[in-house]
Amino acid sequence: MSDTQKSKSLWYHAWESLTSDKMAVVCLLIVVSYFVLAILSALGFVAADYAKEIGPSYAPPSSEYLFGLDIFGRSVLAKTIKGSEVAMSVGLVTGVISMIIGVFLGAVSGYFGGKVDEVIVWFYTTFNSIPYIMLLVAITFILGKGIIAIYLALGLTSWVGLCRLIRGEFIRHKDREYVQAASAIGGGDFRKIFKHILPNVLHIVIINFSLQFQVAIKSEVILSYLGLGVQGVPSWGTMINDAKLELARGNWWQLAAATVAMMIVVLAFNILGDALRDALDPKLKGK
Amino acid sequence: MIPVLLGVCFIIFILFSVLSPDPTLIMLGKHASKTQMMELRAELGLDRPWFIQYFDIVRSTFTFEFGRSWSTKQEISEMIKNGAIPSLTVTLPAFILSSILSISISLVVSFYRGKMIDKATVFVCVALMSVSSLAYILYGQMFFAFQLGWFEISGYEEGFPNFVPYVLLPILIWVVLSIGPDVRFYRTIMLDEIYQDYVRTARAKGLSEKAIMFKHVLKNAMVSIITYVVIRIPFLILGSLLIESFFSIPGLGGIILNAINSSDFPVIRAMTVMSALAYILFSVLTDVLYTVVDPRVRLR
Repeated sequence: MSDTQKSKSLWYHAWESLTSDKMAVVCLLIVVSYFVLAILSALGFVAADYAKEIGPSYAPPSSEYLFGLDIFGRSVLAKTIKGSEVAMSVGLVTGVISMIIGVFLGAVSGYFGGKVDEVIVWFYTTFNSIPYIMLLVAITFILGKGIIAIYLALGLTSWVGLCRLIRGEFIRHKDREYVQAASAIGGGDFRKIFKHILPNVLHIVIINFSLQFQVAIKSEVILSYLGLGVQGVPSWGTMINDAKLELARGNWWQLAAATVAMMIVVLAFNILGDALRDALDPKLKGK
Repeated sequence: MIPVLLGVCFIIFILFSVLSPDPTLIMLGKHASKTQMMELRAELGLDRPWFIQYFDIVRSTFTFEFGRSWSTKQEISEMIKNGAIPSLTVTLPAFILSSILSISISLVVSFYRGKMIDKATVFVCVALMSVSSLAYILYGQMFFAFQLGWFEISGYEEGFPNFVPYVLLPILIWVVLSIGPDVRFYRTIMLDEIYQDYVRTARAKGLSEKAIMFKHVLKNAMVSIITYVVIRIPFLILGSLLIESFFSIPGLGGIILNAINSSDFPVIRAMTVMSALAYILFSVLTDVLYTVVDPRVRLR
């Protein structure tokens, strides 16, 4: 048996299927470039002088001022890039927070069942009956306005869906042979949950993360617009808020820049999320 | 249901009475004297023990007596009553319209599944979902109401024919906002059904595709469709925060927004309790409807 071939893993198959989809590759590139841009902006390599006055107030888009200028003569392009920093960080941190809570509670509840399950189900049903906008408002009240409040507010209100899914999967998996085998060789609960079952349901976590990411970006824009969001740094939401009054005077470029910048990345995440689902969950292919 | 309701009250209590910054500070400003603050605390009932304050929230859930707003001094139950109608004049027609539209579209595209028209529709839906709702509202108000003058820019009048011109554009925007996610959701449900064995049987015995779609697929998909529709009804009463504030419609969404801006805790608390209550009631209703639509499902 010298010619044994290592069988391709699920992840390898998924990667192959993802990269054979041209649309998904384009979207992946878009997402990566937004990340790169956000990191460069955070490190101060690009758009560091977004607050500087570089020309006349409300200069329309031209070859000199690519996306036009705002009321204080600041570059809309630089503000848009700075806004991507806020948006991407909100998407990432929110996604991670809701992933940690959702996976942990879902896994514990599905695996142990019984009283633990009842308490966790009660907890997320309760949580879910409160409209999320009210929770967001309450959390921003408590923590004060700012980006940390946004991270926590969006993260703490978005884990219920994932928790439900993970719980359902754990209930399905916990009595399967491979888990019994793991107990037979002496694996503890912790080991069975994280080493054995979790990798089998990881695809749900990944798909959910990519969808959560774009929902968070959209919510950040609305929260910032409501005045509950980031302060001091431009975000797409505050740009749209500023642009509200400019629009009637025909100054459309700030609104357009923020809207289009957001639309491209959210669209990319949406398509990527669907492609990921097709790649990782072959049962759903073509739906 | 009761434990969930008590839990909701507890979370609201923790959020607004324990963790929130002192409301007297917000109301009186930073330069208030100690005695002023103490008086206000006594007036608002904030100096009572915590379990009485918690019990107050629980009681208001069942009696609907929420007290008065801190900022407008109005009776909150009165505010809710007055705000519900304007909210519903926007959301109810919009909801019915968008539901019928998206179910029809999803029937058509699941009939042509995998073809160009299906792919194009899905793409358009995703694209529609990717634009911020703020952009729809701002551009819609700008172009259709301000520049073209087709609709009223903002405002509201009471009474049946009077409010119509004010709600048309909000309804249109609501429909555009909800059609993307709705079509995608309904389409997934239909496709779930289309690949079932009973559809293959129906096809094998020679039924037309039309009969299969309407008689078999739609009927079976109804279970999931009803859940999805019913569970969103409580949110209709709440209205849309953003749409109402942009178009100055005096509905519940606007009330919430004002309460948020003026830190009016009793109003926010009352709205949270009410919407949680509505949500719980409608989840129970969905469970009951389940058994009506699908006799295989039994309530435990």
